[in-house]
Amino acid sequence: MASAKIVPVRTYILTFIALLVLLGVTTGVAYIHLGIGNTVIALVIAFVKMLLVLLFFMHLFYDKGIKRLAFAVGLLWLAILIVLSSADVFTRHWTPVPRGWGPDISLQQGPK
Amino acid sequence: MSVAVAELATRSRVHYLNESYGVKSWLLTTDHKRIAILYMVSITFMFLVGACAAALMRIQLLEPAGAIVQPETYNKLFSIHGIIMVWFFLIPSIPAVLGNFLIPMMIGARDVAFPKLNLLSWYIYIIGACFILYTLIYGGVDTGWTFYTPYSSTYSNSHVFGAAAGVFIVGFSSILTGLNFIVTVHKMRAPGMTWFRLPLFIWSLYATSIVLVLATPVLAITLSLMAMERFLHIGIFNPAIGGDPLLFQHLFWFYSHPAVYIMVLPAMGVISELVAAYSRRRVYGYAFVAFSSFAIALIAFLVWGHHMFVSGQSVYAGMVFSALSFLVAIPSGIKVFNWTATLYKGSNSYDAPMLYALGFLGLFTMGGLTGLFLASLSIDVHLHDTYFVIAHFHYIMVGGSVMAYMGGLHYWWPKMTGRLYPDKWARFAAFTIFIGFNLTFFPQYILGYLGMLRRYAVYPAQFQALNVLSSAGASILGVGYFIPLVYLIWSMRYGREAGPNPWRAKGLEWETASPPPRENFEETPIVTEEAYAYPTRPRAVRV
Repeated sequence: MASAKIVPVRTYILTFIALLVLLGVTTGVAYIHLGIGNTVIALVIAFVKMLLVLLFFMHLFYDKGIKRLAFAVGLLWLAILIVLSSADVFTRHWTPVPRGWGPDISLQQGPK
Repeated sequence: MSVAVAELATRSRVHYLNESYGVKSWLLTTDHKRIAILYMVSITFMFLVGACAAALMRIQLLEPAGAIVQPETYNKLFSIHGIIMVWFFLIPSIPAVLGNFLIPMMIGARDVAFPKLNLLSWYIYIIGACFILYTLIYGGVDTGWTFYTPYSSTYSNSHVFGAAAGVFIVGFSSILTGLNFIVTVHKMRAPGMTWFRLPLFIWSLYATSIVLVLATPVLAITLSLMAMERFLHIGIFNPAIGGDPLLFQHLFWFYSHPAVYIMVLPAMGVISELVAAYSRRRVYGYAFVAFSSFAIALIAFLVWGHHMFVSGQSVYAGMVFSALSFLVAIPSGIKVFNWTATLYKGSNSYDAPMLYALGFLGLFTMGGLTGLFLASLSIDVHLHDTYFVIAHFHYIMVGGSVMAYMGGLHYWWPKMTGRLYPDKWARFAAFTIFIGFNLTFFPQYILGYLGMLRRYAVYPAQFQALNVLSSAGASILGVGYFIPLVYLIWSMRYGREAGPNPWRAKGLEWETASPPPRENFEETPIVTEEAYAYPTRPRAVRV
């Protein structure tokens, strides 16, 4: 295709090395106990790795217009899946559970 | 020109059917028209297999205690019926057969953008179908077409792997077809074929393709996760090992609800073409009908939770999904009202394709309106998993999609084969299908409302009369489908020569010969007019 940019091999190698370094950091951090921080750091590193792959291996850094739009639509669809599923997961416990018609245990035990 | 001379002229002309002969010339073809024919033969075979399963189910339900098979076998019958009819017939039906055949011709192109990928998608379909047939022959699967966990991932002893693998594989066929259509519509339009000159069939197929490409990967992911839990015991859906018990249903319906629109959006595209051709008018509100396809495609992704109202899903999420589900009625209503407005004061003729289109209008509307019942939170508690649901989605999928597929097949049959079918038989079959369909599925609305649950091999005796009525209707429906199979095959050899445009319809596909040459057009057409540019009738002069 006429508009495709020729990316130097050096860029691919540098991206690959960056991915390996980030892999090493992920593994290293897993051995340090940081509580919830472990998950946060792992997710941030995963996000950065995803960006590297998208931008350089998949050429999104060099592409404009409709290709970026296509990618954005994909992300939007993923967001719909996650947000509406979360609407269930995070509100499941809000509903009060009715006591039912059986004898009220608290009354049988008498006033405290 | 006499008939004999015309026949001789067609036989001596080189077209896509006679340019080469032999099995190899078909199995290695990259011609979109031949691939469409390959798909047509394949999905017809799978339809027959799925229909046999349905016939056995209807025989079983003639008696309250079950007439012929064990409950375990009955579970396998409805599972294989659903799996085959959804993934191996309905989803590929209009896109892969009519879409493949027509999209390049309607936009003035020689072929789709990626002809080899097109052939690959058919081979992938065949591999998927082989897995399903293997599953069927070696004992079947009993999970239902929905593969719900934990039954599919933990308890079922049937051939879950074979069935899930078949569905997983056939998904890639859908993705390749969708990708091909998107690029074809963007890149291959003839000079002058602007977006707003495209036939509405193309708009529908384009919206369908976007859904195919975006939704189908989620199905593959879902089935992979189910397999990982079943075979590797990784906790994804099982709460005992760290999973979420509703996650499977969320993921499955995130694909499978849009899949309903994968089945019905192309049908809507066919109806737009039929209504315009047989009322000899431009579709009323062209742009609204075009954009309503996109509205449906978008809203399709926002409503999946209405399948889960009684699953234990949060009631707050249920409220959101219920409200969003009602939105689908708006673009669907736009289409139905605009088709009706097109028919109003049109020069209507009632050939067989138009009968199917009119059947679609009524049946789809009934299916759609009963969908609103089911989208209502409180009513769904009563109707969930009853025959009311079965009747609802058969009105959409059979009354809607299959009617449109049959209508489209009759409308474009002369283009595909160069021959006309016997019109009287075709009208008779259309009426038979309409009557048989309603006799089969209308009683199921009542059965469901009265409380008969789906997926049971036995039922209380008071439901027998309606079940017998439904089974009797199914036999009429079966005859209705068998008649076209006979006369369409007959017409390929004995039918009258069709000529390029037997219906005097508008559209680029009618401007080339029937059957078309390998390259579709002798020279690339230049488009200078709107879609459906039928001559307008002179206005009545008021005195």
